[in-house]
Amino acid sequence: MTANIDMPALAVFVFFFLLVTVMGFVAARWRRPESLDHLDEWGLGGRKFGTWITWFLVGGDFYTAYTVIAVPALVYAIGAYGFFALPYTIIVYPLVFAVMPLLWKVAKSRGYVTAGDVVRGSYGSRALELAVASTGVIATMPYIALQLIGMEVAIKALGLTGEMPIILAFLVLALYTYSSGLRAPALIAFVKDIMIYIVVLAAIIVVPSKLGGYGAVFAAADAAFEAKGKGGILLDSAQLVPYVTLALGSALAAFMYPHTLTGIFASAGANTIRKNAVLLPAYTLLLGLLALLGYMGHAAGLQLQSNNDVVPTLFKTLFPGWFAGFAFAAIAIGALVPAAVMSIGAANLFTRNFWKVWVNPDVTPAGEAKVAKITSMLVKVGALLAILLLPTQFALDLQLLGGLWILQTLPALVFGLYTSWFRAPALLWGWAAGFIGGTVLVWSDGLKPLHALSFDGMTVSIYTGLLALALNVAVAVVVNLFVSAKATAPGPLAVAAEGESGK
Amino acid sequence: MRLLLLAPYVGLLWVPFYNFAEPKLFGFPFFYWYQLAWVPLTSLLTYFVYRSVRHDG
Repeated sequence: MTANIDMPALAVFVFFFLLVTVMGFVAARWRRPESLDHLDEWGLGGRKFGTWITWFLVGGDFYTAYTVIAVPALVYAIGAYGFFALPYTIIVYPLVFAVMPLLWKVAKSRGYVTAGDVVRGSYGSRALELAVASTGVIATMPYIALQLIGMEVAIKALGLTGEMPIILAFLVLALYTYSSGLRAPALIAFVKDIMIYIVVLAAIIVVPSKLGGYGAVFAAADAAFEAKGKGGILLDSAQLVPYVTLALGSALAAFMYPHTLTGIFASAGANTIRKNAVLLPAYTLLLGLLALLGYMGHAAGLQLQSNNDVVPTLFKTLFPGWFAGFAFAAIAIGALVPAAVMSIGAANLFTRNFWKVWVNPDVTPAGEAKVAKITSMLVKVGALLAILLLPTQFALDLQLLGGLWILQTLPALVFGLYTSWFRAPALLWGWAAGFIGGTVLVWSDGLKPLHALSFDGMTVSIYTGLLALALNVAVAVVVNLFVSAKATAPGPLAVAAEGESGK
Repeated sequence: MRLLLLAPYVGLLWVPFYNFAEPKLFGFPFFYWYQLAWVPLTSLLTYFVYRSVRHDG
């Protein structure tokens, strides 16, 4: 602990942190079910979340602390290119509107809790189920670690040092997730989202007035990139294709993650999801405005040790201590909500698609809930150890690969909603090709998300996740042609699966 | 009606449409306010589609 702790900031921070801790434990009684000892209750909040709860929950867990920290940091570092998060979080919603109500209906009618359940139900393949479920878990682990890194940045900005504060914060998170399940982050999301809205509104109104207006902010950023000789407030021609492919690839991957799917499955109906596709872009506006904080950092002439400090340092420099404390609390709580939902999503996958299938097929609903609770603890401890023991860069690299990995589950999860043409072996080969091929490409490119392709002497860089998805689909189609030709009775498996209870 | 959902993809994924500084709006270069404007626009288009399909359950 150092001496330069801002007491008003710390007091406000601790107050809000205690508030959400109490809420986390009280949440177990909120819309109280007969028993929390059932995965539908602990892991999906009873599938009864209406439009507004879903809006706060999905908004709270899709727009993570890393978004608040990393998007402005990227914009601060290289400018317009960092804004790909804006088109990404716009085009994701028409996709959610079109696909997710169908997925929800399948899940609801057959009692599915996870993506793995859906895949087994559609294709009757344990191998494909395992592939989809384990991809979900390993893509989520580094994502949880990143939430911790976001929380660390906020805690460090308060002037607290050492590992105790982050361990303490995580212990609290782990305990109330254990006892309240999805109800805890759903309730805390209300506080988190309102805090973030207040912080962003304050920033976009107050900061430009202190710095001479938006024109001056953009001019200062432009001059800073000019001086640095790197980046800019418009895209250069080599950045166009990376910008678009990153936006599209990220949008396709976004709702394949266990934490976002959990938010979808927990909602009360198909129209709840459709209404949310209309209403959730409000958060995207927030994200776009937050990204501008990166430029405000240039206009304020901040001297930073790390790009990730741009938002906290901006608040520390331009706002009174108590409001800076409020902003840091918003960032830290902003990390708690997604971390809780991610650990629940991963725990649901492990319980339903690994434990129940391979370890104890006769597990009772209460037993399932117990296994999921313990798994959610272990997942979080793992993420905590990862950031305490491993270099931060390792978590960042894994998170990058996680996006590519989770994207490879899209064909298995989504194609079956529209066609019964694909067979399990084809989708499994496609998944393997995309997963392994994509990982090798990223590895050989020095853990960069872009791969350079040459056509006719013209070189373009494309998001590797999209290339891997293209390979995935191509392999699935080719193998499927082969498998279908050999199959004697090619009856649609989706219909065959109707007979299963899926419970 | 559902085709309206494709509009944001066309508007946002063809970057040469909007990679410009001018015209500015409230100090924002075109690149920025154009993309931000697609947020409420996408909401509105999605709402129109929602109105046409909500009775499908």
